[in-house]
Amino acid sequence: MRSDRSTSAPLGLKIAAAGGLLFLHLPILLIFLYAFTTEEKSYQFPPPGYTLQWLAVAWNRPDVWAALGLSVRVAAIATAIALVLGTLCAAAVSQTKFFGRETISLLVILPIALPGIITGIALRSAFSFADIPFSFWTIVLGHATFCVVVVYNNAVARFRRVSGSLIEASMDLGADGFQTFRYVVLPNIGTALLAGGMLAFALSFDEVIVTTFTAGQQQTLPIWMLEELVRPRQRPVTNVVAMLVVLVTLLPILLAYYLTRDGDQVAGGGK
Amino acid sequence: MTTAVLFDKVSRHFGQVRAVDHVDLAVAEGEFFAMLGPSGSGKTTCLRLMAGFEQPTDGHIEIFGETAEGVPPYRRNVNTVFQDYALFPHLSILENVAYGLMVKGVSREERLKAAESALAMVKLPGYGSRRPGQLSGGQRQRVALARALVNRPRVLLLDEPLGALDLKLREQMQEELKALQKSLGITFVFVTHDQGEALSMADRVAVFNEGRIQQLGTPEEVYKRPQTRFVADFVGSSNVLAPAFVQSLGYPARYASLRPEALSLGDGTGERKRVTGTVVATSFLGAANRVTIETGSATRIAAMVPASELIPEQGSGVTLSFAPEDLHLMDEAA
Repeated sequence: MRSDRSTSAPLGLKIAAAGGLLFLHLPILLIFLYAFTTEEKSYQFPPPGYTLQWLAVAWNRPDVWAALGLSVRVAAIATAIALVLGTLCAAAVSQTKFFGRETISLLVILPIALPGIITGIALRSAFSFADIPFSFWTIVLGHATFCVVVVYNNAVARFRRVSGSLIEASMDLGADGFQTFRYVVLPNIGTALLAGGMLAFALSFDEVIVTTFTAGQQQTLPIWMLEELVRPRQRPVTNVVAMLVVLVTLLPILLAYYLTRDGDQVAGGGK
Repeated sequence: MTTAVLFDKVSRHFGQVRAVDHVDLAVAEGEFFAMLGPSGSGKTTCLRLMAGFEQPTDGHIEIFGETAEGVPPYRRNVNTVFQDYALFPHLSILENVAYGLMVKGVSREERLKAAESALAMVKLPGYGSRRPGQLSGGQRQRVALARALVNRPRVLLLDEPLGALDLKLREQMQEELKALQKSLGITFVFVTHDQGEALSMADRVAVFNEGRIQQLGTPEEVYKRPQTRFVADFVGSSNVLAPAFVQSLGYPARYASLRPEALSLGDGTGERKRVTGTVVATSFLGAANRVTIETGSATRIAAMVPASELIPEQGSGVTLSFAPEDLHLMDEAA
């Protein structure tokens, strides 16, 4: 079958593939293009002229900075929580045998399989039921539910490759639990955690659905963009912010991909 | 003589499974002690009880007079060479060997020097900068040995250390391990399922089956005077004779073992015991041939016949003889 790879694909297939890729990516390029248009009332094609002024305008808009700051803080804290909980859970599931292990593994993964709107509604009613006012922390908690999954998936795949006898060997040589974690476990799962953490950060940074249900008056960057689309004011600013969001989410995902490519796949990158 | 490791009625049960069941043993200081048995016989669990990876369900363990129950592996002056070597893949060979000293807080310069000399001791000088993945199985085995010995343990535990090596290398390592143990004077406790390995290396052997020690003694005792049918069968290829047959030869009605090399072709002279039968199988083993006969009472007996002697044809009737004292009566009556 290997020889099939060298034979050239038929022209029709090539065109179809090119068309598919264009359909996926051309709209994103258009977003970038309109960040530089001189005309702000309607998205006229082709743009009558090009300017860099919207970058400056976006820079001077305090509401953009507020939304960006909130998104970064939410993503950072949700990722930190996910790193701790996801690693602990992965260690328990992969290194020990206990009753209900498979069930726990499934329950941890479930939030990412559930539609975000279900997670959102469920969290919202849970918060109301417990009389917890919507705040920065309710957003963080909402995001942590799916961030944990991403970290867990990456860590559990790597934990399975770290043989149990490495941990025993470390203890045997005189290292206590903490030293064993620091000198043996962490170096062996480090890149998986970094990859999982970056994916979690990216997921949190562009999350809309769960956020709409768990946020109070705060606007994360994606929510701010949604508002801007409905009530535009200096329309191309939204496009500038969109470019920023693409960069902030794409770079970590690419990095995560390179960190884990020799080994297990980046699990859960598809949400 | 000091006792290095003491087991007093030690049991380790996993639910219904009695992995180790009422084991008593005492390993003397400086001894090369082998635990021999088939897989699942409890020998590896005993080793893990010594290392501290398992805790006994019942009984008492002492290491150099100190109670070992509840003491974690990292507080025991005992080191292990693991079956899969368990070298740290993210560290260099030198860092692997220096690991035990590193976690104990020995200065960098001092521990690297000690690691270098440990590598020289296992005949791998200058390999320090490589990674475990770049070494062969035999070399990794030596690194695992150096990594354990650099900590100067009072007891070195070895879990099937030669299992993954090919025959030639295994024989070479057997001799080296034995020489190393002699020169260091450290107590070695060695787990193996290979009876040849246990007999050739150990000062004493404990034969395990189903969580219990079947027999504990010098290799010669275990080989020549097995106490149970299991030992006779597992240690070598002894003829195990049923009580009725043994009685017919003029002994008490007990199970007995008879080594194939104790039997010779022909009537022999004077006091020798004789059995007759027809040859059912012959096989060439290099220095000798194994000839298996079946007696009138359907007992099969194998004899080692030196290669210089003529081999009887299959189906022919022959007489085998042996010195009366070579037949060893076992403890079991039935």
